[in-house]
Amino acid sequence: MQKVQNNKAWWLVLPVFLLVAFSALIPLMTVVNYSVQDIFGPGQAFFVGTEWFKEVLTNERLQDSLIRQFIFSGAVLLIQIPLGIGVALMMPKSGIKGSLCLILLAIPLLIPWNVVGTIWQIFARGDIGLFGWGINQLGFDYNYTGDTLDAWLTVLLMDVWHWTPLVALLCYSGLRAIPEAFYQAAEIDRASKWAVFRYIQLPRLKSVLIIAVLLRFMDSFMIYIEPFVLTGGGPGSSTTFLSQTLTTMAIGQFDLGRAAAFSLIYFLIVLLISWLFFTAITHADKEK
Amino acid sequence: MAEIQLKSLAHSYSDMPEGPDDYAIRQLDHVWHKGGAYALLGPSGCGKSTMLNIISGLVQPSEGEVLFDGKRVNELSPRDRNIAQVFQFPVIYDSMTVYDNLAFPLKNNKVPASKIKARVHEIAEVLEIQDKLYKKAKNLTADEKQKVSMGRGLVREDVSAILFDEPLTVIDPQLKWKLRRKLKQIHEQFDITMVYVTHDQLEASTFADKIAVMYGGQIVQFGTPTELFEQPNHTFVGFFIGSPGMNLIEVQRCARGVCFGNTNVSLEPWQVDVLQRTRSTNIKIGIRPEFVEVSSVASDDTFEAEVMDVEDLGTYKIVTVQLDHEKMKVRESEDFAASIGSRVYLSFPKQWLKLYMDEFLVQEQD
Repeated sequence: MQKVQNNKAWWLVLPVFLLVAFSALIPLMTVVNYSVQDIFGPGQAFFVGTEWFKEVLTNERLQDSLIRQFIFSGAVLLIQIPLGIGVALMMPKSGIKGSLCLILLAIPLLIPWNVVGTIWQIFARGDIGLFGWGINQLGFDYNYTGDTLDAWLTVLLMDVWHWTPLVALLCYSGLRAIPEAFYQAAEIDRASKWAVFRYIQLPRLKSVLIIAVLLRFMDSFMIYIEPFVLTGGGPGSSTTFLSQTLTTMAIGQFDLGRAAAFSLIYFLIVLLISWLFFTAITHADKEK
Repeated sequence: MAEIQLKSLAHSYSDMPEGPDDYAIRQLDHVWHKGGAYALLGPSGCGKSTMLNIISGLVQPSEGEVLFDGKRVNELSPRDRNIAQVFQFPVIYDSMTVYDNLAFPLKNNKVPASKIKARVHEIAEVLEIQDKLYKKAKNLTADEKQKVSMGRGLVREDVSAILFDEPLTVIDPQLKWKLRRKLKQIHEQFDITMVYVTHDQLEASTFADKIAVMYGGQIVQFGTPTELFEQPNHTFVGFFIGSPGMNLIEVQRCARGVCFGNTNVSLEPWQVDVLQRTRSTNIKIGIRPEFVEVSSVASDDTFEAEVMDVEDLGTYKIVTVQLDHEKMKVRESEDFAASIGSRVYLSFPKQWLKLYMDEFLVQEQD
C-alpha cells in the first residue's frame, strides 16, 4: 500500500488537543507557574526557581502526613480488596436475592462524601451514636475524638463501609462473566473450593481487580472530605492526610507557592504509583 | 470402572412438564456395560448431552435412577461419582502450564508426586503434546487446548467412566481421525468404560463397539454399527445411518403385501400376517440404497423406474430413480451406465426389505 504523506491530518487532532489543553494543561500550568514564584500581591512576584520544591520536600509536617497517607491507603487496599472479593463470592448468583444484594451494596456508593462523614461522626459518638454507645456499653473505652487509635479505626471503618461495595460490585460482575463450563470441569476434576478460587476465579478476576486496586488506591490517596468532617484531622494531626495538609496550606495560610509545589509532587506521586501498579500487574502476565 | 445403568430415567428442564414435548429425555432404560466403548449418536437437540450430564451428575434427572454397579448415585455429585468428562469446547486453567493442567485432577486426588509425573508424561505422549508441557496453557492453539482438555479427562486411572461430549468439534479433520484412533487405543490399553457423544456416524462407528442412537429424547436402537446398518430398528436409524440414508416409502396394506400408487410389493407371509392384525395406518417400507438391485431388463419381480439423476462420487455412483412418483436412491458401482431419463428395472431382495409400523421395525417372531 502506498503511504500518503500529508501533514494536514494533524488538524484533525486539534479539537482534542484544545479540549485537553483547556481542561487539564492550562490549569496545571498555572500551578506550575505558582510553584516557581513567590507572590506577595498583584505585580509583586519573584522568580524563585526550585526553592519551593526543596522546602516542601524537607518539610516535616508534609513528610508526616505523607507517611500517614501511605499507611492509610495501604490499609484500605489490604482490607477492602480481600473483603470485596469475599462479599462478591458469597452473593447469590441470580434471582431476587441477587438483585436485593446488589441494591443494598450500592447504597453506600450513592451517598455524598460529606454526608458519609456526618453519618459516621454521629454514628460513632459515645453519647448519642449507636455505634459509639454500643462499643462503650460492651466495656471498651472508645472515643474517636480523643484517642488516636480509635480515630484511625473509625476513619478506616468508614472508608471500608463506603467503598468496599465498589470492589464487591466489580468482582461480582467479573465472577458472573466466568462460563459455567469452568465450574463443571472443576467439579469433574474434583477440585476443592480453594482450588476453584485459586485457579479459576482469581485468574479470571484479574482484570477487574486491576481496576479495583487502581481506583481504590487513587481515591484513598486523595481522600479529603470524609476524615475532615469526621475527625477534622485530629486528635492533634493524627488523621490529617495529604490533601487536608495541602488545603490548609493553600487556603488557610494562603501559601500559594509552597502549596503549588506540593500539589505537583502530590500529583506525580499518584501518577507514579498508579503506573507502577499497572505495569507490575500487566508485566507479570507477559512472561512466556 | 463401573457398569452404568439408567433406570426409568426421564428428564425435563421445565419445572412443571406437561406433555411429552417438555421432556429432553423420555422415559428410558439402558445399561452401559463395564469396560465398553460406546457412542451416543443423534442429531442436535435429541438429548445426548443431557444424558451425558445426567450420568456425570452435572444434571439431576427429574425422574428415574442412575445406578453405578447397582448402587444408586442420583444424590452424588460428579466428584463423588468419580467420573471424567471432556466437554465440547476446551476448558483449560489459563493460569497454569500444560503440565499443571494435566496434573490438576491427580493433585486433587492426592496422587503421589512421582506417580503424577509419570502419568502426565504418559498422557502427553499419547496426545503428542510432550513438547508443550511447560508452556502456559492459555498460549496454545484451539486444538492444542482441546487436547489438554481431553488429557485431563484421560489422566486419572481409577475413574468409573470417561464421558466425551463431542470432543472433536473444534479440531480440524485430519487430526480428528488421528485423535479418534488414539482414544480407541487408550480404551484398548486401559479398558475404561467410555461413552462418546457425537452427531457424526463415522465418528461413532470408528470409536465405538456399540452405538446407541438417540432420537427425540429416546434411545431408538442400541447395537453394533453392522446391526444399525442392516437392521435399523426405527425409521430414524435407517435415515440417519448410512449415506445416503435408507429409502423409506409410505405404503398401504394390500393383498399379499403393501402398495403405493400402482405398485404392489409382495412381502414375506409373516409380515403380511402382522399387517393383517394391526390397525395402524402409519406403515412404511424401507430398503438401503446399497441393497436395491438394478437391472436393464425386466423380469417377474422387478419394477420399472426412471433414472432422474446420477451423482458420481469417484468410487461409486448415487443414482436417483423414480418409481411411481416415489424418489429412491440407489448406490451403484462406477460402471453403472444408464443415462438420465432411461428406464431401469428395480428389485428389492426380501431379506433387505424392511417393514415399519409406527416408525418401528416389524420383526419376525421366533
